[in-house]
Amino acid sequence: MPVDTSKRGRDVSSAVETSRPTAPPAMVTEPVSASRRALLVSGLVAAGGAAVAASRAQSQATPDPMAGHAMSGGAVDPYSAHDSGMAHGNMTMVGQVDHARNGFDPTAMLTDWETGRTEVLPDGRTLRTFEVDAIDVEIEIAPGVFFPAWTFNGRVPGPALRAKEGERLRIVFRNLGSHPHSMHFHGIHSARMDGVQGAGLIDPGEEFVYEFDAKPFGCHLYHCHTLPLKRHMHKGMYGLFVVDPDPARHPEFAAVAASRVLGSPENAEWQELAMVMNGFDTNFDGENEVYAVNTVGQAYMKAPIRIDKSRPVRIYLMNATEFDPINSFHLHGNFFDYYDTGTQLTPTLRTVDVIMQCQAQRGILEFSFADHEDGMYMFHAHQAEFTELGWMGFFDVREAGA
Amino acid sequence: MTDHIQRSRPPMTRLLLVLVPLAVMLGAFVWIASLDPLRGFNNGAPPVEALTVERTILDRSGISLRVRAGGSEAMVVAQVAVDDAYWTFTQEPAGPIARGDAVWLRIPYPWVLGEAHHINLLTNTGATFGHEIAVAVSTPSPTWGQLRLQAVIGAIVGLLPVALGLMFYPAMKGVGQRGMNFLLALTVGLLAFLLIDTISEALELSAEAAAIFQGSAMVWLAALTSFLLLMAIGRWRGNPEGIALAFYIALGIGLHNFGEGLAIGGAFAAGSAGLGTFLVLGFALHNVTEGIGIAAPMLRARPTLWTFAALTLLAGGPAILGMWAGSLAYAPQWSALALAVGAGAILQVMVEVSAYLVRQNADRQAALMSPAVLVGFLGGIAFMYATAALIKI
Repeated sequence: MPVDTSKRGRDVSSAVETSRPTAPPAMVTEPVSASRRALLVSGLVAAGGAAVAASRAQSQATPDPMAGHAMSGGAVDPYSAHDSGMAHGNMTMVGQVDHARNGFDPTAMLTDWETGRTEVLPDGRTLRTFEVDAIDVEIEIAPGVFFPAWTFNGRVPGPALRAKEGERLRIVFRNLGSHPHSMHFHGIHSARMDGVQGAGLIDPGEEFVYEFDAKPFGCHLYHCHTLPLKRHMHKGMYGLFVVDPDPARHPEFAAVAASRVLGSPENAEWQELAMVMNGFDTNFDGENEVYAVNTVGQAYMKAPIRIDKSRPVRIYLMNATEFDPINSFHLHGNFFDYYDTGTQLTPTLRTVDVIMQCQAQRGILEFSFADHEDGMYMFHAHQAEFTELGWMGFFDVREAGA
Repeated sequence: MTDHIQRSRPPMTRLLLVLVPLAVMLGAFVWIASLDPLRGFNNGAPPVEALTVERTILDRSGISLRVRAGGSEAMVVAQVAVDDAYWTFTQEPAGPIARGDAVWLRIPYPWVLGEAHHINLLTNTGATFGHEIAVAVSTPSPTWGQLRLQAVIGAIVGLLPVALGLMFYPAMKGVGQRGMNFLLALTVGLLAFLLIDTISEALELSAEAAAIFQGSAMVWLAALTSFLLLMAIGRWRGNPEGIALAFYIALGIGLHNFGEGLAIGGAFAAGSAGLGTFLVLGFALHNVTEGIGIAAPMLRARPTLWTFAALTLLAGGPAILGMWAGSLAYAPQWSALALAVGAGAILQVMVEVSAYLVRQNADRQAALMSPAVLVGFLGGIAFMYATAALIKI
C-alpha cells in the first residue's frame, strides 16, 4: 500500500492536536468505575436474567463519570482558579491570622534582626548583650487555629540574634515560663555555657547569663535543650543565631565578607531575609498539622514577599521542623547558590533550585531576579505534603518603585 | 396504722410536703448555677471536643459534610484539609457550632472517581477529626426519577417477597396441627434471626452517631419501649390471634424492612452502594420467608383478598419509605432509632406467636419441645442465616 509520508506526517500532528482536549476525561471514566464496582458486587454476572428494574438499580449506583470534573455548569467549579493572580485555586486556608494579637508578623520577622546592645571592653573588643525571656503564649499558627506555645521573647521563632565574628557575647536569659528552659547555642563555646542540665538550664523564675565568643561565622541556631527535647523544640523554642564574618580576618574574600556584615555599605544593596522552616503538631499525635516558614502557615501566600528585582537576595534559612527528619526549599523560575551552614565565603552548591535540610541544618541562599520578568515567583518545600499543609509562599518581584 | 396517718393529713400539709423539696431543689440549682462551685476544678484544660460526620455528599461542586458538634462548649471548625492539603470551605450556618448542633461544610475539592479521600477537620484548639471516604462516587441527587427507581427497588426487596410468601397460603391451609406448629415455629425462628440482626445493626449505626445521642442506651431503651407499647396495644382486647396476630407480625416485619430500606437508601446517599442484581435478589429471597410467617397464624381464619393486600403493604411497603428516607435524610442516629423500634416490634410478635402456638395445643408444654416445633424454629433461623449470607458484601 503506497504511503504518502508527508500526508501522514501532517495527519499525525493534527491528530495529536485534536486528541489532547479529550484525553484527560477519558482517563477517569469507565475502567476505574467498572473495576471498583466489580469489587463491591462480585457475582453480578452470575445473576443473569435479572429483572429489568434491578438492572436499572445498577445504573442508579453508577456514578456520573464527569462528576467533580465538570468545567462548567456547577455553581462552584473545584477546578477553577479561586484567585487568578495567586494560581493556587481553592487549595488555601480560610481566613486571616491576627498578627497584632500574636504580637509578631511573619513579614516583619523576615528583616527583624535582633542586634542587642554593644559596649567596648577594656581590651578594645565589642561586648554584645542580648536579653531573652522564656514566655508561655498562645499563638495563632493558621487562621483560627491556636497553639499553646513556649517562646523566646513571645515569638516563634525566637528573635533572630545577629552578631559579628570575634565579638564577646552575653545573653541574659530569664525564665518567665511554666517549665524549666535553657538556651543551647550552635557555635563554639565552653561546656559551662552549653544550655544543658547543669550548664544554664534554669527553673521558672530564674535567670542565667550565657557568655562566649562569636565564632565561627555562619548561619546558626539556638534552641531550648530541656528534656523532653522534642516537646520543648516543637512548642516553639528555637531561633536563628547569625554570626557575620569579619572582613579583616578574610582578606582573600573581604568583599564577600563585607557584604554579609549587617549595616555595612556593601550589605545595604542586599535584600536579606530570615526564614525558619517549622511545623506544628496541634493535636499532639507526633505529626504536624501545619507547616510554615516563620510559623504562620501560608503567610507569604496571603502576603507575598516584596522583592526589588534590581537587588540580589540573601536568605538565612534554617530547619526547625520537628517530627519530620528533613525539610526542603525550592525556588520557582530561578536557581541559587547555597552556602551550607554559612561557614564558607564561597558556595558549597552552585546553581541549584532545591536544597534539603535535616533538623537543625541551615545555610545561606543567594540569588537574583535582575534579568527576570516581573511577577509572582513561588517558593515552597518540595515535599508536596508540607507544601499543601502550609509551607509555601510567593516572591512578588518588581522594580523598586513599581 | 399508716393508712390512718395518711388520711389524717390535711391537703395543705400534703401540698407543703411536695413544695418544700421542690423549693430546695430549685434553690440548689440556682446556687450551683450562680456560685459555680465547680470552678475549683477548672485547671485551664482546653474544652473536650467531639465532631461527628453524619452525611457525606459528593457532587459537581465538591464534597459536602454534615457534621454535628458534641463538645463541652461550642466548637469552631477553623480549617479543613483534604488529602493533607488545606482547602477552602464554607460553613452553613457560619460561626461556632453549639453542642448538639449540626452544620454543613461545603468543600470545593476535585475528588477523584473511585479513589479514597481523607478529610481532616481542624478546630481552633488544634484538635483534629478525620473522616474517610473509602470510595468516592457521585451521590445520586434526589430527583423524581431517582425516587421512582428507589420505589421499584423497594418493591422488589419488600413487597414482592411478602406477596410471594403469602401466595403459599392456600397450600398451607390444608396442613394439620403438626404442620401448623411447624409453620408457627418457623415464623418464630425467622423472627429470632431478624431480632438479633436488627439489634446488632442498630448498635453498629448508633456507634457511628454523635455521642450526644448515647448510642447503645438509646437503642436498648427504644427497643424496650416499643416492645412494651406494642404488647399493651396488642393485648388491649385479649390475646391477638388469627388475622390480628398476622397484622402484628406484618407490622414488626414492616418496621424491620423500614430499617433495611434505610440502610440501602443510606448507602445510595453515601455514594458507596454497590447495590447489584445479586444483592437485590438476595434481599428478595430473604424476605419470602416473612410472607410465610405472616400467613401462618391466619390458617384457621378466613381472610379476604383485601387482607392479603393490606398485609403485603404493611410488611413490605416500609422498605420503599425507608429507601426514600435513607437517601434523602440519612443520619446514623435516626437509622439506629428506626431499627431499634423495629427490634422491639419483632420481639413483641415473637412473644405473641409463641403464645398463640402454645394455646393451639392441648398439651402446652409438650408441644413446645415437639420435633415439628424444634425443626421449624431451627429451620427458620437456618434459612434466614443462609439467605442473609447472600446479601453480605
